[in-house]
Amino acid sequence: MSILVLIESDEGVVKKSSAEAVSYAAALSAQADQSEVVALALGNTVAREALEALGKHGASKVLQATDERLNQGVIQAYASVVSQAMEKTGASILVLAKSSLGDPVAARVAIQTGAVLASNVVALPEQKDGFVVKRSIYTGKAFALMSMDTDKKIIAIQKNTIDIKEDGSPATVEEFAPSLEDADFKVHITKTEKASGEVLLPEADIVVSGGRGMKGPENWGMLEELAETLHAATGCSKPVSDMGWRPHHEHVGQTGIKVSPTLYIAVGISGAIQHLAGVNASKYILAINQDAEAPFFKAADYGVVGDAFEVVPKLTEAIKAS
Amino acid sequence: MKILVCITHVPDTTSKISFTDDNTKLDTNGVQFIIGPYDDYALARAVELKEAHNGSIILLNVGGAETEPTIRKGLAIGADEAIRVNAEPTDAFFVAQQIANVVKEGSYDLILMGRESIDYNGGQVHGMVGALVGMPSVSPVMRLEIEGDTAKVEREIEGGKEFLEVKLPFIAGCQEPIAEWKIPNMRGIMMARKKPLQVIEPASQEKQTHTLRYVLPPAKGKVKMFAPDQMDELVRALRNEANAF
Ligand SMILES: Cc1cc2nc3c(=O)[nH]c(=O)nc-3n(C[C@H](O)[C@H](O)[C@H](O)COP(=O)(O)OP(=O)(O)OC[C@H]3O[C@@H](n4cnc5c(N)ncnc54)[C@H](O)[C@@H]3O)c2cc1C
Ligand SMILES: Nc1ncnc2c1ncn2[C@@H]1O[C@H](COP(=O)(O)O)[C@@H](O)[C@H]1O
Repeated sequence: MSILVLIESDEGVVKKSSAEAVSYAAALSAQADQSEVVALALGNTVAREALEALGKHGASKVLQATDERLNQGVIQAYASVVSQAMEKTGASILVLAKSSLGDPVAARVAIQTGAVLASNVVALPEQKDGFVVKRSIYTGKAFALMSMDTDKKIIAIQKNTIDIKEDGSPATVEEFAPSLEDADFKVHITKTEKASGEVLLPEADIVVSGGRGMKGPENWGMLEELAETLHAATGCSKPVSDMGWRPHHEHVGQTGIKVSPTLYIAVGISGAIQHLAGVNASKYILAINQDAEAPFFKAADYGVVGDAFEVVPKLTEAIKAS
Repeated sequence: MKILVCITHVPDTTSKISFTDDNTKLDTNGVQFIIGPYDDYALARAVELKEAHNGSIILLNVGGAETEPTIRKGLAIGADEAIRVNAEPTDAFFVAQQIANVVKEGSYDLILMGRESIDYNGGQVHGMVGALVGMPSVSPVMRLEIEGDTAKVEREIEGGKEFLEVKLPFIAGCQEPIAEWKIPNMRGIMMARKKPLQVIEPASQEKQTHTLRYVLPPAKGKVKMFAPDQMDELVRALRNEANAF
């Protein structure tokens, strides 16, 4: 028996969320039948050492499908490769991180392999009586305890909720040559536009987010400096991306990105319920707002009432000095 | 162009979520139900495409009779007819199968869904339907243009976007800024009453999950306030209590 884990990478680096997925699989194996944890990497952009290092998180073996066409995240092709890898390894469980790639791949693999899929999973399953997972629902406003009722299972975990295991020994890397058909590449990726070198918002451990209280895009410098000091990602409220002050992929909330960092810093954001829906899975929230009555203070752990233009530079300075 | 738009019937985004019956059922008391915001984007783009390409829009919802006002609202916004599959949408696989059955029988050129439903936030149904009917699926889609038999699509990815091309028919899970939400006008509301709404029974009953119980997150403690000249104290708290850095 084995547990398969889908690995995602960004510019040749394994994503933190994939390290979390491997750690989850290792814990799952330890919890039940000591299944072998097998990681699956697609494309040839990740160096061999980095794949071996997945052993630290609990993988004993890494399958690498080195076909160059897999360097781009073509969803159907990925789904086909993952389904074939499940077959080859006899895996009864697939673990992956919820993401723009993971979600559609998981959905297709579920149908192709007859597996049941649970998304937004936030903890290890309860296996005493069946297989019951805890998933986040209603955009973080509640959880459901859901029983997964077929033999094969796919678990898509919420980012930043699983502790990363670091004490395993290196994994062995094996070439995996799945069969791919032209039909798997019906969707052509003609171009990708991506910020390079930035901390990715959904993966970030700290997020610095700005709202309409920042008055204009020209004032983002101070938030970027704070973010850089903390090695944080930058986010924003919906009106800010609607007005084009910031790119859409930074928009946090009900209709944007849902984040679950250790610390979410909200600057000049009122705290509308739709914004909170995207941030309420954060472990800690710091709100900075000039209005002491701003609803964000009810959802926050730490608060500063004051003018962002005065408070943010002071905060950055205090962090640098500490 | 024949467009199928799949809509969910979900609590308004401002709803307070609570449960009844020993935490096994959503407490719908005082909850207002709406078309899922992402589905609303899908419908808005469908209306634009219908006007540009002389098309028609069929709405689809898998749900009980209580969803009909929501479906009528979709008809008022600009859909031409609607299908309701009469069943509780409690399992993504079950819902995907019902949608796949409708897709197989309808020869649609385009199937638009939302990026995700805001109750279960699965983001699963489009991929499942795609696999069931053998169609490409793309989500989340921020821009969608149709040129002949090809769709040009922008898909959001972490930290940026992808530009894609795919031949029709295909499935798109939509999100902003694909179109502006549309508000029904009086004429639309009047016309919606007469538009056909067909109710069909589910084609299969197979489910793969069942929910045992719901849990609410623990209540937040009280916020700790710091004055603008107490930044050193704040940094200490973030470092030592929150272990944030
Ligand atoms: C269906 C639906 C979905 C939505 N989805 C989202 C979503 O995903 N994400 C989202 O963010 N919103 C969403 N919204 C919009 C949401 O309701 C709010 O309108 C929005 O979050 C407000 O953004 P804001 O806090 O930046 O702006 P405002 O509400 O205008 O708040 C600005 C805040 O800045 C403070 N301020 C002003 N000047 C300063 C200063 N100098 N220093 C410090 N503070 C200052 C003010 O006191 C105020 O609290 C959605 C709405 C709907 C209806
Ligand atoms: N019960 C349903 N009826 C019709 N369409 C649905 C239903 N559930 C989900 N969908 C569609 O599938 C999309 C993704 O839903 P989900 O996978 O549940 O997040 C939604 O935005 C809808 O377009």
